[in-house]
Amino acid sequence: MSTQQDSRPAPQAPDESPPQTPPQPRPHSATRSLLRLWPYVRPIRWFLTASTVSALLASLSALVIPLVLKDIVDGPVAHRDTAGLWQQGVLLLVLGLLEAGLFGLRRWFVARPLAGVERRMRADLYAKLQRLPVSFHDRWASGQLLSRATSDMYTIRLFLAFPLVFLIVNSMVFLTGIGIMFTLDWQLALITVLPAAPLIVLCSYFERRYSAAARLSQDQNGDLATVLEESVLGIRILKSFGRHRTMAARYRAQAELLRETELKKARLLANLWAVIVGLPELALGASLAVGVVQVAHGSTTAGTLVGFLSTALSLRWPVESLGWLLAYSNEAATATDRFYEVMDARPADAEDGPVREGTAVAVAAGSTTASAAPARDGIRLTDVRFRYPDAPAGSPDLLRGLDLHVRSGETMALVGLTGSGKTTLTALLPRLYEIDGGRITLDGTDIREIPRARLRELVSMAFEDPTLFSASVSENVLMGAPEASEEALERALDVAQAQFVRALPEGTATQVGEQGLSLSGGQRQRLALARAVVGAPEFLVLDDPLSALDVHTEALVEQALRQVLAETTALVVAHRPSTVLLADRVALLAEGRIAAVGTHHELLESNPEYRELMSGERTGGGAGTASGEGTEDGSLVR
Amino acid sequence: MSVTETDLTETEQGELLEESRLQEPALPEEDRAPAAGPGDGEDIPVPPGAPRALLRSLLAPHKARVVLAMLMITVQQAALQVGPLLVSYAIDRGIPALRSHDWGPLIAVTAGYLGCAAVATLLQRSFIRLSGVINQAILLEMRKRIFRHAQALSLDFHERYTSGRIISRATSDVDTVRELLNEGLQELLSVILSVVYIAVLLVVMDWRLGLASLASVVPIYLFTRGYRRRSQAIYRRSRTAVAQVIVRFTETMNGIRPVQAFRREAANEEAFAVSNGEYTDANAQGLLSMAQFVASSRATANIWITGVVVWGAVLVTQGSLQLGVLAAFVLYLRRLFDPVDQVAMFLNSYQSASAALEKIAGLLAHEPSVPEPGEPVTLPAKTQDAIPGRAVDFDGVAFAYRTGKQVLPRFDLRIPAGQSVAVVGATGAGKSTLAKLLARFYDPTEGRVALDGVDLRELSTPDLRRGVVMVTQESFLFSGTVAENIAIGRPDATREEVEEAARAIGAYEFIAALPEGFDTDVRKRGGRISAGQRQLVAFARALLADPAVLILDEATSSLDVPGEQAVQRAMTTVLAGRTAVIIAHRLSTVEIADRVLVMDQGLVVEDGTPADLISGTGRFARLHAAWRDSLV
Repeated sequence: MSTQQDSRPAPQAPDESPPQTPPQPRPHSATRSLLRLWPYVRPIRWFLTASTVSALLASLSALVIPLVLKDIVDGPVAHRDTAGLWQQGVLLLVLGLLEAGLFGLRRWFVARPLAGVERRMRADLYAKLQRLPVSFHDRWASGQLLSRATSDMYTIRLFLAFPLVFLIVNSMVFLTGIGIMFTLDWQLALITVLPAAPLIVLCSYFERRYSAAARLSQDQNGDLATVLEESVLGIRILKSFGRHRTMAARYRAQAELLRETELKKARLLANLWAVIVGLPELALGASLAVGVVQVAHGSTTAGTLVGFLSTALSLRWPVESLGWLLAYSNEAATATDRFYEVMDARPADAEDGPVREGTAVAVAAGSTTASAAPARDGIRLTDVRFRYPDAPAGSPDLLRGLDLHVRSGETMALVGLTGSGKTTLTALLPRLYEIDGGRITLDGTDIREIPRARLRELVSMAFEDPTLFSASVSENVLMGAPEASEEALERALDVAQAQFVRALPEGTATQVGEQGLSLSGGQRQRLALARAVVGAPEFLVLDDPLSALDVHTEALVEQALRQVLAETTALVVAHRPSTVLLADRVALLAEGRIAAVGTHHELLESNPEYRELMSGERTGGGAGTASGEGTEDGSLVR
Repeated sequence: MSVTETDLTETEQGELLEESRLQEPALPEEDRAPAAGPGDGEDIPVPPGAPRALLRSLLAPHKARVVLAMLMITVQQAALQVGPLLVSYAIDRGIPALRSHDWGPLIAVTAGYLGCAAVATLLQRSFIRLSGVINQAILLEMRKRIFRHAQALSLDFHERYTSGRIISRATSDVDTVRELLNEGLQELLSVILSVVYIAVLLVVMDWRLGLASLASVVPIYLFTRGYRRRSQAIYRRSRTAVAQVIVRFTETMNGIRPVQAFRREAANEEAFAVSNGEYTDANAQGLLSMAQFVASSRATANIWITGVVVWGAVLVTQGSLQLGVLAAFVLYLRRLFDPVDQVAMFLNSYQSASAALEKIAGLLAHEPSVPEPGEPVTLPAKTQDAIPGRAVDFDGVAFAYRTGKQVLPRFDLRIPAGQSVAVVGATGAGKSTLAKLLARFYDPTEGRVALDGVDLRELSTPDLRRGVVMVTQESFLFSGTVAENIAIGRPDATREEVEEAARAIGAYEFIAALPEGFDTDVRKRGGRISAGQRQLVAFARALLADPAVLILDEATSSLDVPGEQAVQRAMTTVLAGRTAVIIAHRLSTVEIADRVLVMDQGLVVEDGTPADLISGTGRFARLHAAWRDSLV
């Protein structure tokens, strides 16, 4: 039942684990991990207690049943006493019904509360993950997070429902049963109890090895799934190059590894069962022989022997179960650790300084009333430094002391070579990443002093990779401004030339995304653009918003977009001259700084690097990476 | 961890198994195949009998082993069920004999008991091992078949049948079958055998009590059936609900940037709470219905035991039943009723496994619409000094979707060897379809596509793929290093050749600048590769493959101007003389082509050299003029 999938590309090695969550000393006490569940268990503690008590009573009444059987055999049957038989029969019936009812009750008590625990934990995890910074998500594969939200939750719930309760109940039943057996016949009891010790030891030995094998098989299952996933996602490439046989060979090799592990599991299981079945049977055989001798000698009764054997059989389960109850508890402890690995991570706003409410309000006010002069400063980046937290040590910062000023109402195009940090820069404005140095101000207010929600309301974005969510077209677009009117929606769709949505089966109410209609790259990009502009935002950040559009559509979008851009302060990442022409001025990003700022024509004239970027013409002797030298002269422009 | 039941069970163990079985098959899918939506059921029609045929073909090579395993479990159960009989014998014969100092019966009983215990134990162990071997062989074969088949299926299938669904076929569905094979079948066999043995023993020992005991089958069957119906409905509900939870969850995590940028957190939480609540509710319902079933079936069993014991006791007092037989009855009865929960659970597990098997069989029964040729033809050999490109012919080709929707009406097109052709037109004009026909991702509905006069349908796959390579807009990277990703183009390429290909496309610098250069794992830390860079890697791959015909399907969309120019340079140097079909919405790319095709609604409306078309008055001339203006 091991449910972890640690084989996904994810921060597993200690050096890759998130800095906020120092690698936990692994072999730490499972009990301590499980104790961390207390905040979630606390509200249902009485239900759990009731469930445990029911289970205990049920198990005990199951233990008493053999005693009644013994009395029936020794009493009414031996003495031909029919009246006594009815009494005992009623007792047997009551006990049987009690056992059944209590087992039902045990589950009934915890069914809803435990499902509730699972729900609360999952909701908390989801809420936490949404508030963790993007850099956290960069480090964690979504599959890893998903397995925490599903299989780990399930493991924990199952632990609370069974192992936790039955570790208590079975120990008590075992002790009670032994007590009963010793009262019935201490010699027989001794013979029966003797193999219990090796049984527990052997069981837990095999369980441990089995758990390890099970974990390994989970990992290999994950690897297998990865190969499969890639072969399906990359099917065009594999087909295009005729590489499916290579991939099939890889898959077969992985699948055979998995089979080896599974066979090892089967062998361990076989041994485990041999022990579980064999040892008690041997003990029972011995006690049967001794018991018969005793009955023959009159030192015990036939009824006692029947009751004794019956009791002994009842105790097999508590003994056998111990090993795997413990194994399961360990698994639940791991699941809890994995849960808290996420819950302990520091949310994006943990390091926020005090938010200056006053200024925040000023910025907010600035959007409606043209207020004081400093509130009309536009976007200003001063000496901004940034590196990705997972960048290898020793590599230079991605942005090193970047200065840029986008005047209020202006549209600035941001150009630069592939990988120069343009997209990164756009992510800094809404604080998807935190800058490592310098400051960014919007209309004079440091973005770190604006509450995140407000900041993101002010700054609207269209991402390079347009993501649509499983929702209707209009919901997807209106994410940009939930309170926007129907007309605003229509206007935004027109700007983005997304009129195609009206031809969809249900117009703007058509479901798109994973579970709905799948749209082409160009269509998604246009919806993402509509989403960015729908709220008529104060500040607009567009990351190469036209890359997937055909020439015709691109021209139409540009035309419409000009009107939107005229009314906002915008930063537009551009790869093409046509996109650059949307902007009033252009900033050239190179070597982590803004190398030059000017109009398209100015830069074409004055900056060889820009010319190369826009027209592809290589000038000067600059072969290969011409950008190295470009920085110095570029910085003069600034 | 799987715990199988063999002997006297306690309720809880059954319960736990029960619960875990109900939920567990759901888990792998939750982990791995978030894309599998609720529309899962209506995918492809399953030919009748396909699951059965699949099962037969999987089992066929293991017939002898299966028979042996069945034999083992039959003997094992027999040995196991003898126990109480021996107890009865010991009490009725052993004790009186011993009282007359005859040790014979006791020794026989003890030896028999221990012998049976040993046989049961050893057989159990061998059975688990043997069935492990059989099961794993079957699963391996099934996985291999699914994988091979998924790879063989044509692209139009992959476009309809989402990746998530194929993944869940080979993961969660196979896992469900594994669950059944590993635990379910063994358990079912044990349970059936033990019930049969016990039934026979009971009737033989005393037919009156025996028949009375067996009558309990009726109410228990009814309870089980009722429970199964309820749990099935709940199970379905819970699957739908968990699919919702997963979709919402993965969507949020994969789209965390837009989520945060557009302040969706609170709204998402509300939506998530609904799905989460629905899932929780289904779970709670499942637990409750199980509670009800456990209580009612156990109550029935206990009532029956009481009845039989009391009646048996009466019979003993009347002298028509021996005490030992009553004792054996008591012991057997508890065994008889113990597997009830397990049978219910087995039915659940069987149900989901047969549903899974059906889906797998459906996938496997789907014929690839682009089959490999029966007798492949090879391409004519190239003479030493001929240009490396090959001629392409579309002879009377037409293409329509399976739905009948016409995409390309009948047309003829000849591309001479070495010519580069740019195809332009609005979205939906049929450019990509043209490219996919040439790459044989699809086969034409009419006519033929030929390479140097050989129909693509007659070419062997290796020959076809050496001849024609397509680079698409989406540039997926496989896990592994950058060098490995490039080497997909030609697996036997040396490191020098890989680096040379990267250099030729202008990708060398950025790759070398990665933390571990060409050995950087693209899925690991520092492997942050932008969309444009991924496209360059895809190009280097194509360059390394060195095809006779190169198809670029919007393969430059994310490149910046220098990147695009590097590609163009490579086309005229490294790839000079290759036949090329370039689909691009960048007119800059078009300019380097020898010939331009303008497509509109599946028709080639303009065809000529770029210069001719630009100087004309057609669509291309207008488009080009607008583009020129934008450059200023």
